[in-house]
Amino acid sequence: MFYYTLKRLSLAIVVAITVSFVTFMLLRLSGDPAMALAGENATPEEIEVVRHQYGLDRPIIIQYVNWARRALGGDFGVSPYFNQPVEKIIGGRLGITMTLGGCALAFAICLAVPMGVLAAIRPNTWIDRVALTISVLGQAMPSFFFGLILIIIFGVMLRWLPISGSSTWRHFILPAIALGYYATPAIMRLTRSGMLEVLASDYIRTARAKGLKAGVVLFKHALRNAIIPVVSLLAVQFGFMLGGSLVIETIFAINGVGFLGYESISRNDLPMVQAIVLLVSMFYVTLTFFSDLLNAFLDPRIRVT
Amino acid sequence: MIEQAIGEIKEIEFPSPGQILRQRTLSHKGFMIGAIVLILILAVALLAPVLSPHDPYHQELSKRMINPIWHSDGTWEHPLGTDNLGRDYLSRLMYGARISLLIGVSSMVISGIIGIFLGVIAGYFGGRVDMFVSFLITTRLSMPVVLVALAVVALIGGSLNVIIWVLGLLIWDRFAVVMRSSTQQLRSIDYVNAAKAIGCSTTRILLTEVIPNILNSLIVIATLEIAHAILLEAALSFLGMGVQPPLPSWGLMICEGKEFMLFSPWIITIPGVVLSLLILSINLMGDGIRDITAPESRS
Repeated sequence: MFYYTLKRLSLAIVVAITVSFVTFMLLRLSGDPAMALAGENATPEEIEVVRHQYGLDRPIIIQYVNWARRALGGDFGVSPYFNQPVEKIIGGRLGITMTLGGCALAFAICLAVPMGVLAAIRPNTWIDRVALTISVLGQAMPSFFFGLILIIIFGVMLRWLPISGSSTWRHFILPAIALGYYATPAIMRLTRSGMLEVLASDYIRTARAKGLKAGVVLFKHALRNAIIPVVSLLAVQFGFMLGGSLVIETIFAINGVGFLGYESISRNDLPMVQAIVLLVSMFYVTLTFFSDLLNAFLDPRIRVT
Repeated sequence: MIEQAIGEIKEIEFPSPGQILRQRTLSHKGFMIGAIVLILILAVALLAPVLSPHDPYHQELSKRMINPIWHSDGTWEHPLGTDNLGRDYLSRLMYGARISLLIGVSSMVISGIIGIFLGVIAGYFGGRVDMFVSFLITTRLSMPVVLVALAVVALIGGSLNVIIWVLGLLIWDRFAVVMRSSTQQLRSIDYVNAAKAIGCSTTRILLTEVIPNILNSLIVIATLEIAHAILLEAALSFLGMGVQPPLPSWGLMICEGKEFMLFSPWIITIPGVVLSLLILSINLMGDGIRDITAPESRS
């Protein structure tokens, strides 16, 4: 276990470094950052001043090392738009995005796990078909379109829920559904196939044969084992959600990191964009690291390979 | 005597593999529905210049926001109404299919080439090559696609080519993951060993022994990635950083219609439903191909 943890940890660190490097290069190479930072109407002299001020006239590797060293200490530079440290602005918005992601994940679990279990208990019945339809539709409908439909139905026609902002918990309901629905198909499919496999196994037959109640067999014996791969999928899905929340936050005008990322991209706020991409990536790397460990802890066979 | 016997054997012959495949294809409902819808959309996209009733770029401000035909004031001149600039919505929808399909297929081809190459060499050679490719896949997966694509497109400037390349360079991960594991399974199978034994070159083994045998899963991934690329393009265009106006991308149509959706919901539901239909039909076909070619892997 120790050796496995070490191996995973070193991989996570190498990946983190590579991602930070790629992000940095990608954003630097795809345009002149000095021109972008100085604004559209800047004179060549002003651009030169900005270039020097941000150290953009030095070799790109030096720039990266300097940036990475400061980023490690939590200093991501100053946003030219807010004229404040990037990390301060992001810190203020992180809670909202985490809340949205958490709510969305909770919604996805509440919908997908029971549906998956039901579909596995009664395969090839109408329950199974309903579950399959939900998952097929969930994969086909773009999240932004689904979000807009929710706004039209629940916000405008029925007037049940607020459609923009993030001031109360009620503001989070529609965006959480829009974001969580997208993760539902994968969770449901995995729950269903895991349950089907477990329910066909010998120890379930034994449990049934010795006369245990159906509920005990289902939840204590079957679901517990079938849910292990789902847990690690949840971690991955949560990572994807933080990336995908950009679209949903933009639609519902939620002042989270995603909306901030979108706005920063629109106004060429390069230090902010870099920091946000890095943050979301690091979050994903951390999540997959822990989900790998959890898997290895629960299933000793993984540690060997 | 013998000829007669052969004749009798022929009569009780089992259906040929081709017949079995045809039988399975025709009896797979999901695949057939997906295929029919997709062929319809494909035909409309190809024949858009012939079928479309108006020029999709022609603006007529006196005819802004005409309601579709199912409203009492709709006209047959504009069956799906007009947008806020007075452009015929049906014509824009038809030309939009071209953009979606073009971006979906082109991005899939680029990501396919990258992903298949990485996946096959990782699975076939194993060891350090495999470690390196796995590392590349993990790195790629850790980068948020929408955020990175948006940032790069915003910096370079959105054009059809830029979007195709950015998406193609970003979504090769699933190709690589699946090709890697399928190749791993094939690596030590008898006919690959036989090819090695008679001295075939590695390139030849990969191209003539390995790839044809993973073609089925390859086709399934290819369809899924077309759908993935189309969805991403729609999201980018919706956010205003994908296909640029006046091109009629479906995502862009939803974006442009957003401010009118409270009074005329059809302006976003029409492109949204068509977009979902296209994705649905591609996914149904992908799932169908998997079921038909490998019934044992049906879950």
